[in-house]
Amino acid sequence: MKIALAGNPNCGKTTLFNDLTGSAQYVGNWPGVTVEKKDGILTGHKDVVIQDLPGIYSLSPYSMEEVVARSYLVNEKPDAILNIVDGSNIERNLYLTTQLLELGLPMIVAVNMMDVVRRNGDKIDTAKLAKALGCPVIEISALKGEGTKEAAALAMEEAKKGVQNERPHVFTGSVEHALAHIEESLHGNVDKASSRWAAIKVFERDAKAIETLGVPTDIISHVEDHIKDCEKEMDDDAESIITAQRYVYIQKIVGECFKRSPRKASTTLSDKIDKFVTHRILALPIFILSLCVMWWLAVADGGPGTILTDWANDGFLGDGWHLPFTMHESKAEGKYKGMDFEAASDAFAREDASKSAWRDAYKEAYDKKNGEGAYDKALEAFNEKAEKEFKPEKDGDEFEKSEFEVLDEAVAKTVVAKEVFVEDEETGEPKAKECDCEKCAKKREAGEECEGCGCGCGEPEKWNVDYAAYQKAAEYEEPEPGDFGVWVPGIGALVGDALDKIGVGETVKSLVVDGAWGGVATVLGFVPVICIVFLFLSFLEDCGYMARVAFIMDRLFRKFGLSGKSFIPMIVGKGCGVPAVMAARTIESERDRRMTIILATFIPCGAKTVIIAMFAAIFFREMWYVAPLMDVIGIAIIVLGGIALKKTRAFAGEAAPFVMELPAYHMPTASGIVRHTWNRVKAYMLKAGLIIFPACVFLWFTMHFDWGFNLLADEEIERSILHDMGSWIAWLFAPLGFGTWQGAAASVSAEIAKEQATATLGLVAANMEGASTAAHVSNLFGSMSAFPRLAAMSFMLFNLFVPPCMVAIAVTFREMGSKAWGWLAVAFQLFVGYALALSVYQIGMLVAGGGFGVWTAVAMLVDLFCLWMVVRPARKAA
Amino acid sequence: MNKTLDKVAVGATATVARINGEGPVKRRIMDMGLTKGVEVTVRKIAPLGDPIELTVRGYELSIRKDEAAKIEVGA
Repeated sequence: MKIALAGNPNCGKTTLFNDLTGSAQYVGNWPGVTVEKKDGILTGHKDVVIQDLPGIYSLSPYSMEEVVARSYLVNEKPDAILNIVDGSNIERNLYLTTQLLELGLPMIVAVNMMDVVRRNGDKIDTAKLAKALGCPVIEISALKGEGTKEAAALAMEEAKKGVQNERPHVFTGSVEHALAHIEESLHGNVDKASSRWAAIKVFERDAKAIETLGVPTDIISHVEDHIKDCEKEMDDDAESIITAQRYVYIQKIVGECFKRSPRKASTTLSDKIDKFVTHRILALPIFILSLCVMWWLAVADGGPGTILTDWANDGFLGDGWHLPFTMHESKAEGKYKGMDFEAASDAFAREDASKSAWRDAYKEAYDKKNGEGAYDKALEAFNEKAEKEFKPEKDGDEFEKSEFEVLDEAVAKTVVAKEVFVEDEETGEPKAKECDCEKCAKKREAGEECEGCGCGCGEPEKWNVDYAAYQKAAEYEEPEPGDFGVWVPGIGALVGDALDKIGVGETVKSLVVDGAWGGVATVLGFVPVICIVFLFLSFLEDCGYMARVAFIMDRLFRKFGLSGKSFIPMIVGKGCGVPAVMAARTIESERDRRMTIILATFIPCGAKTVIIAMFAAIFFREMWYVAPLMDVIGIAIIVLGGIALKKTRAFAGEAAPFVMELPAYHMPTASGIVRHTWNRVKAYMLKAGLIIFPACVFLWFTMHFDWGFNLLADEEIERSILHDMGSWIAWLFAPLGFGTWQGAAASVSAEIAKEQATATLGLVAANMEGASTAAHVSNLFGSMSAFPRLAAMSFMLFNLFVPPCMVAIAVTFREMGSKAWGWLAVAFQLFVGYALALSVYQIGMLVAGGGFGVWTAVAMLVDLFCLWMVVRPARKAA
Repeated sequence: MNKTLDKVAVGATATVARINGEGPVKRRIMDMGLTKGVEVTVRKIAPLGDPIELTVRGYELSIRKDEAAKIEVGA
């Protein structure tokens, strides 16, 4: 048996559905959240399926939700309709009821929120209402679980009985007369049960319904005169006559059955909150403030979202993590005694840099004395000898090749490595010095930058390493995390250990740990931020604030074809594009939602800031405005892109009517919010994860293997499959100024995660001249173009504004709900990124004196095309 | 032509006399209960000047001024 749940948005339909089925489903305050049909088995009745229909105000043919609900009811013919009605807003809710009654299906009406009705001192005479509607009426409170079981039982009973009572005659004399006539003419063409519904649809000239019902055209033209007569008499069109008369009828029965207790105006809590949050002056600051809270919670540096994400990526899924509150200074004997973990890691990084710099210098000196390649030969000879002498029973474990064992004291004593430094992870530049003097320590404690205090703070820190210093450095071993607190090994580390125990080869281990597990970790790493964003957004939606956000922001965003709610995904997008795209769900109009999804990821996200940081530090040091400029460009693309897209055929037409209920504020239930968040995370992991995971593994594979499927070390990237693939597509990037395999490989690998662009650049540039990664990268761009800074700017722009990482693309496809729209979004983003990089590089070259070439002309044409797309007159609505 | 709903002052109540226009927008406005003869109170205007908030049939409804301009009201 099938029972359909039908009702207005915000009437408590989803709460009732959860109560009846126990299934996870979202309770929203926003029309259109339940666009998907959801069903569940009625608890305790295995043979009864409850079908949850989208929340709708009417069965008109104009909105997607309404069409979905209508075609289900008409075509699938459920055994009964359970129409849920908000008792505290009964007039508008009964409007849908009058339409449902006409369908000729067994039906009951459940008046919900009776607790609120009683609290207000109002009274509903359900017996009278049942008589007026011609179907059973029951009082319930879905939130408290009162009467819900009885309502389901009553619906089942009605389903068994079938329609018995005559349904009310809603309309006035002449309309009922016309309807009776149409019904008569339709006799034999449609089902008897649904003949009244059919007659009304014919009267309304509802083309969609007439087509589905298959009414012959001669009948339509035959009854047209009757309809015209009515229209003339009422001075209105047929559709409006029907709508207006329904409300007249409802007003009449509500007057008979509903006793409203007198109350003072504007005293409810909802009114008080509303006065505050939609206040003329305070509204925008309150909105910005609430966004700041979400921003801080989810994606800000040092906020809970970032801490959780780091923990998930590096700790839980990676090497491991320290249990909170167990961290202490090391008590173990050795170099790190008395230091905390961070200080010990810094110290080790310093000594490690000294060690490897001195070894490089030593190797050079050794070769100088003994001839080119002598050191490698000597090391090989040493390893061969050591392997022969290696006895597993005595020395244990496997034989490990030494990387440094050839020591000629005479040479060593003369070797000094000059200007050694530790590289900053983000920029590749030498790390700044942090001295220990009292003055600086105080400043740091106060959270101030300590620069220019005279002791060299803030300057790049470099030092020399002689043999004695090397020997000291060589004594430092990597700090043991267990010495600094309770260390919980991460899953990544555990998987690696397990594989070691089984004894698989290095290749398989790397494939599993770095490739496959890395892919899983990429997918799971986004879960914390998605959770936080959706916990917050569900709260805002459920409590009723989201509708006000649309109310406040509508004016601004309508100008460039977006909805008032488009602002939220864009703010979330500053932190991460993945939850941003998912957050677009709260936008009810499909067109606005699609446009928002396409545009939201143009705001540079957290990972893209890593690219900006690197390029700003290497190429645009004196241009402080480069980083904020990228945000400005992102916003400009959204505004101009919105205006341009609005004029295309795909998005043309009149703006969706903004006729929206502002539901009363109420405190959402925790279980509802958690359910909704869990649904989002589950959908992300299942659907998006299935695309992201293989793609990540594939890209990782191309980076770390050659065509013979041999595992490569990081430095051997030139032999990788990625190198060849980069070479194949490098010509694509030539007009942008970075048409070499390095530029292509970095751009392609950036699709795993945007910050990967910097890491790959560091790897592919490693063979360039220079002492640091920063210098390598700088020289790499020097080798690509006569205008390295333009090429660098172009590379940065391209990587910031082409489609975001694969995770975001996968989510885009999912949220678009169709492949065609997904590809359209990706194509648009590719075009924008490419056009921007092309224009900046080519026109920049022209200005800088690089001459006028074919590509300069192409760039100008592309710019003219974009300009035309933005300023051309808007398409007339179809 | 009569006064339209977008011209009604904040806090004032008016009775809907006629709804102009046609098609989806008109149907949507009427579906939400803005039909001939119903009393409407203009509650407030959004901070940026548009849309407006109404009370109709006991609940809060927000519509744009463009749409309000299609609704003629009597006193």
